[in-house]
Amino acid sequence: MAENRLIVNSSPHMKCVKSTSGIMLDVIIALIPAVILSVYFFSYIAAIIIAVSVVTSVTFEYLYNLLAKKRQTISNLSAVVTGVILALNLPPVKSSIWIAAVGSLIAIIIVKMLFGGIGKNIFNPAIAARVFLTVSFASQMTSWVAPGVDSVSAATPLALAKVGEMTGYMDLFLGNIGGSLGETSALALLIGGIWLLLRKVITWHIPVAFIGTVALGAFIFGQEPLFHVLAGGLLLGAIFMATDYVTSPTTWIGKLIFGFGCGIITIGIRLFGNLPEGVSFSILFMNALVPLIDRYTVPKSFGEVKKNA
Amino acid sequence: MKQKKRIKGGVKTPHYKNTSKSETKLMPVPEKVEIPMLHHIGAPCTPTVKKGDEVMVGTLIGESSAFVSAPIHSSVSGTVADVKKRLFPNGANVDSIIIKSDGKQTVDPSVKPPVVENKEDFLKAVRDSGLVGLGGAGFPAHVKLNPPKDKKIDYLLINAAECEPYITSDYRETIENSWNVISGINVVMDFLNIENVIIGVEDNKPMTIKIFNDIADTDKKITAVSLKSEYPQGAEKMLIYALTGRVVPAGGLPMDVGVIVMNVTSVSFIAKYLKTGMPLVKKRLTVDGAVIKEPSNVEVCIGTYIKDLVNFCGGFTEEPYKVLMGGPMMGLAQYTVDTPVLKQNNAILAFNKKQSMLPEQTACIRCGNCVRACPMSLMPQQLDIFSESQNIEQLQKFNVMSCIECGACSYVCPAKRHLVQSIRKGKVLVNTKGQK
Repeated sequence: MAENRLIVNSSPHMKCVKSTSGIMLDVIIALIPAVILSVYFFSYIAAIIIAVSVVTSVTFEYLYNLLAKKRQTISNLSAVVTGVILALNLPPVKSSIWIAAVGSLIAIIIVKMLFGGIGKNIFNPAIAARVFLTVSFASQMTSWVAPGVDSVSAATPLALAKVGEMTGYMDLFLGNIGGSLGETSALALLIGGIWLLLRKVITWHIPVAFIGTVALGAFIFGQEPLFHVLAGGLLLGAIFMATDYVTSPTTWIGKLIFGFGCGIITIGIRLFGNLPEGVSFSILFMNALVPLIDRYTVPKSFGEVKKNA
Repeated sequence: MKQKKRIKGGVKTPHYKNTSKSETKLMPVPEKVEIPMLHHIGAPCTPTVKKGDEVMVGTLIGESSAFVSAPIHSSVSGTVADVKKRLFPNGANVDSIIIKSDGKQTVDPSVKPPVVENKEDFLKAVRDSGLVGLGGAGFPAHVKLNPPKDKKIDYLLINAAECEPYITSDYRETIENSWNVISGINVVMDFLNIENVIIGVEDNKPMTIKIFNDIADTDKKITAVSLKSEYPQGAEKMLIYALTGRVVPAGGLPMDVGVIVMNVTSVSFIAKYLKTGMPLVKKRLTVDGAVIKEPSNVEVCIGTYIKDLVNFCGGFTEEPYKVLMGGPMMGLAQYTVDTPVLKQNNAILAFNKKQSMLPEQTACIRCGNCVRACPMSLMPQQLDIFSESQNIEQLQKFNVMSCIECGACSYVCPAKRHLVQSIRKGKVLVNTKGQK
């Protein structure tokens, strides 16, 4: 009888077409301009680093699921996103090739899978890996070179600024500067950010609060706000890493607090710390505060009556 | 006139109002109907007939002395073939009366227009008519229309939003019986002494808006408001907020903010009943979905089997994988097509395999889409976690009982989490704890 086959389940019986892998695909698309420009400025070495990072990220996730006898999750494309973002955080030199593989191992296995896989990790995998690498391989992670095929070593605009040397805004904006693969071109990152906003993958709250706080902080302490916005990893961090769903708050007020906190720490490190750059540390630190932010930003439900304490 | 407030949250669902141009067809009397003793929210009725009794159209066959209940009448003339317990998909195990029709549709002599001179007469008439909220919930109308004395009601809201995809049965009522709607509204306003009325219609139904606006020009009391089409615009609390800006407190009722909300077909039925005295024995349903041969609006005798109704609409084009009573967002999946149509049913939908299969549930990525979609400003993803871990304290802290189960969160979830199902489980946890 036909009716024995009828499916009975709880409503609703309709789902929108948006899926986790679709969202990840949108993020990958948003990263394409930055990828293209990194290859343009740093030549084939950039392409190799990105490829190694993506392949190792996906492979580690695949192997982990295989060995842990878990359902395969690589099809949700989140490992690809982690791989690309991690690569964009590395300097465009040969040592980054094996560093990318180590980074993937840290990001995927330790930061993500051991915490329970996608959705359960406390820290953004790419950020945590970058911080790990920066601390562990300090010289390799700061061997910046100027754009071009000759690999002339060069300092980043922020490092130059620490010694009072300023970089031109046009170079900063286009990415014709020293720095990691992806944090050089503001233009490419902004295009990606606009794509994510248009596709409603992210909301404006975290990037605007983050970038705005950094700009305001720079202004208050008598520095060029625009320089601090364009230089270093701020745009990459604010648009692509601080907005990671899993490791940021879910409510808009929580997102604003999160972005504000990231901004304060970033500008604090940049202006008063020993390091030239503070974006990764700020995001990592704020990641840890997300459960706390979530707890204090529960929205008042519609028609909620004040409860007796 | 414009809506007063935008609802919080909400989602854009496809409309699929395929049957909006389908004029109501009358389905011939089926051979057999089955009328369960519980259509409404409240106490089930006790059968007043037994096997072998002769009944006519409008004969009382079920009654209850409880206040929150509504009498039940035969929708056909014929013989009671059986009275037996039956398990319904909503979990109720109630008496069900099976009537073999003689095809003559002889009307019971007791059916005559009620004499209504005052509020008491009016409320009695509404109760006698067997009317329950026809929007889907099935709350007995005479209870809703009789708020306690201390609740001053100043707004009657007519719900013609019909925000569920596919369903057009209320829409057809506004087109085909607009004057009944208006006269029903006037009667309710007069007897209950309510000064203001607003008809809320989603803006995807321009015809309805035009009709009521034309009437509004001649009848100054009546206002029709075009509401932005977003789900769940027609949910009672959302509608009240959108039309009046008032917020029903959690656990409260519309009357707590001075409002009575009535479904448009319900109010129209009141006018019809006062004219004819024929109780609620027929209902218009939208029959649609990918495997229905001729999607249409059909008026059927209450108790008609889904199977017979689908056959009237040309049958299934292919094997159905899912059959719903109601819309795709809140409808109840049926385990058999031998289920009878109830008073408050407004649609029967039948889906093919592709529409019916549930996508696999994957890990929550905390995207927050459910939080933004929730019209009650809840945090579905948190409730899901607390429901799975059976954390009753947190479930209560996060207001699990406020969930109206509209399905917006599950709809938008990219990880395809079964959020509503999980929240329902959470509600049961909280309720059973309360009984301990």
